[in-house]
Amino acid sequence: MSFLKLSHLEKSFGASHVVRNFNLEVERGEFISLLGPSGCGKTTVLRMVAGFEKPDVGSISIAGKDVTALGVRRRDIGMVFQAYALFPNLTVAQNVGFGLKVQGTARSEISARVQEMLALIGLPDKADRYPYQLSGGQQQRVALARALAPRPKVLLLDEPLSALDAKIRVSLRNEIREIQKALGITTIFVTHDQEEALSLSDRVVVMHKGVADQIGTPFEVYNAPATRFVAGFVGTLNTLEAEVIDAATGTVALGAQRLVLDRPLPPGPVTLGLRPEMLHMEGGPAYLTGRVMASDFLGSVVRVRVDVAGQILALDQFNSTRRAPPRVGEELRFGLNPSDVLVIAPAG
Amino acid sequence: MTDQTPHSRPPRRFNPAWLGVLPFALFVSMFLIAPTLNIVIGAFQTPDGSFTLANIQGLFTRSIMSSYWISIKISVASAAIGSLVGFLMATAVVLGGLPRGLRAPLMTFSGVASNFAGVPLAFAFLATLGPLGLVTGVLRTEFGINLRAYGFNILSFWGLTITYLFFQIPLMILIITPALDGLKREWREAASCLGATGAQYWRMVALPILFPTIIGTFALLFANAFGAVATAIALTGSSLNIAPIMLFAQIRGDVLGDPQLGYAMAFGMIVITAVANVTYIVLRIRSERWLK
Repeated sequence: MSFLKLSHLEKSFGASHVVRNFNLEVERGEFISLLGPSGCGKTTVLRMVAGFEKPDVGSISIAGKDVTALGVRRRDIGMVFQAYALFPNLTVAQNVGFGLKVQGTARSEISARVQEMLALIGLPDKADRYPYQLSGGQQQRVALARALAPRPKVLLLDEPLSALDAKIRVSLRNEIREIQKALGITTIFVTHDQEEALSLSDRVVVMHKGVADQIGTPFEVYNAPATRFVAGFVGTLNTLEAEVIDAATGTVALGAQRLVLDRPLPPGPVTLGLRPEMLHMEGGPAYLTGRVMASDFLGSVVRVRVDVAGQILALDQFNSTRRAPPRVGEELRFGLNPSDVLVIAPAG
Repeated sequence: MTDQTPHSRPPRRFNPAWLGVLPFALFVSMFLIAPTLNIVIGAFQTPDGSFTLANIQGLFTRSIMSSYWISIKISVASAAIGSLVGFLMATAVVLGGLPRGLRAPLMTFSGVASNFAGVPLAFAFLATLGPLGLVTGVLRTEFGINLRAYGFNILSFWGLTITYLFFQIPLMILIITPALDGLKREWREAASCLGATGAQYWRMVALPILFPTIIGTFALLFANAFGAVATAIALTGSSLNIAPIMLFAQIRGDVLGDPQLGYAMAFGMIVITAVANVTYIVLRIRSERWLK
């Protein structure tokens, strides 16, 4: 039985239908990311779990108990907000101990738990500082400690890294994951950053227009996107419009070129998806040819844009001092593995 | 090659933007700084211009101390009630979930009412709560309530205090509203996630954050009432001996005329209002650090 269960959630604000028939089952200790663009409903789902929004339809249960009608205070949930939301009038220690204090925990117990939490986030010497005396990364760590101190059943993270600069974002996201694993706390993480979602999560929920387009492991979501939206939103994807000329062998025509995908395909037009890193200049079981339109040096990677039968493809090759990037205008033959080619379902 | 050393700075050029603040600087110099200096100097001078502390000593007479005391009491009362009522009104409108359309008219009215003072305000209150005022009459004839029988008199301590509230409450609303806006929704949500009740949130988070602003605004309202002279004179004439009226009498010089003592009284008022204003500024800075 799942630890956190969201069943048939629906939510509208006025005429805007923000969440539609949303279902999710989360196991105890699992780290789930809700990933999607702004306005896709991911934060609304999180706020319904927290109890800040009431679903129009559907139910939420935590540890087998229906909490749909319960107030925020009684849900046993810890939450970290995008803008830290530390209480500015309280010190770090007072912030971390706030939840325990309002619950009437003994002072000695609060003090011990605060020390434990500050040690966990690596800020044991900042107990007497005020939030304005801390950096953004430190404030967000304190916010995490404050959310965890009362030992909540579920941890909700509402884009906790988006207000931080890139370097701190990477280090803090790793810290969050380590702490989450160490405590084994069930966590829902909202983000619009696919790299964060893919690197942190046990499973990712890709949301689009209030619907969970796909729920799967990062590997599944990236390599086997269920919808055209997921394919386009997660990672960089080349899409190629082709024509199936032999349904049995899955042979498609790209202008004058032929590509055999070795799987049955319905006859007629088809959209293919190709990740830039799946295309190799060293060759492969199958080949395509195109003219180099641009060659962008990005440091560790060189991204080459190639015109294949009037359609532009990006392909990535690792930077190497032994191999010069292709020149613009050059005819390029590049290889690919037919099993890496995604056949994208028509937009629904 | 250049003859400039690495540490030399380019010559400073006059920034014409300073011309934009020139009228303000002139105005403040002519009507605030110069008169204040004149008062401060006059407070320590005899009529022939020699230095003396006699004017300051003259403040410590029973009648002048009493006038200061009445002024302080009226100022404290109007500032305290104004702060409380203004805070509650602003909280209701900003955080109370009332219709959004209520806010703009309230702020506009507050902007106007906080500057409504002097003879028009005194007349308005005489015409409504005076012995023959409209409200006084309606209460007596329609509800059988005789305000005078309850000891209320518009020309008294409480009469003046209520009149001052007309501009004190709106001033509090104008100043506290941005502070209330500064209370982040996430603070309340974080507190409730952590198990705090609404009362605990207000006691442990919201009120401590607002406290510097509330106390600072109280100090400003105190100074505002302490310095109000036109309303007091227009309303009570000389029936209530508050400091501004005593001061007016000294400077006008018809009965009690002693301009040097008047300077000393004004100096005393400047000191009191300056303390109040500095308190306001210090607390406001502290509060803004939190509400950023």
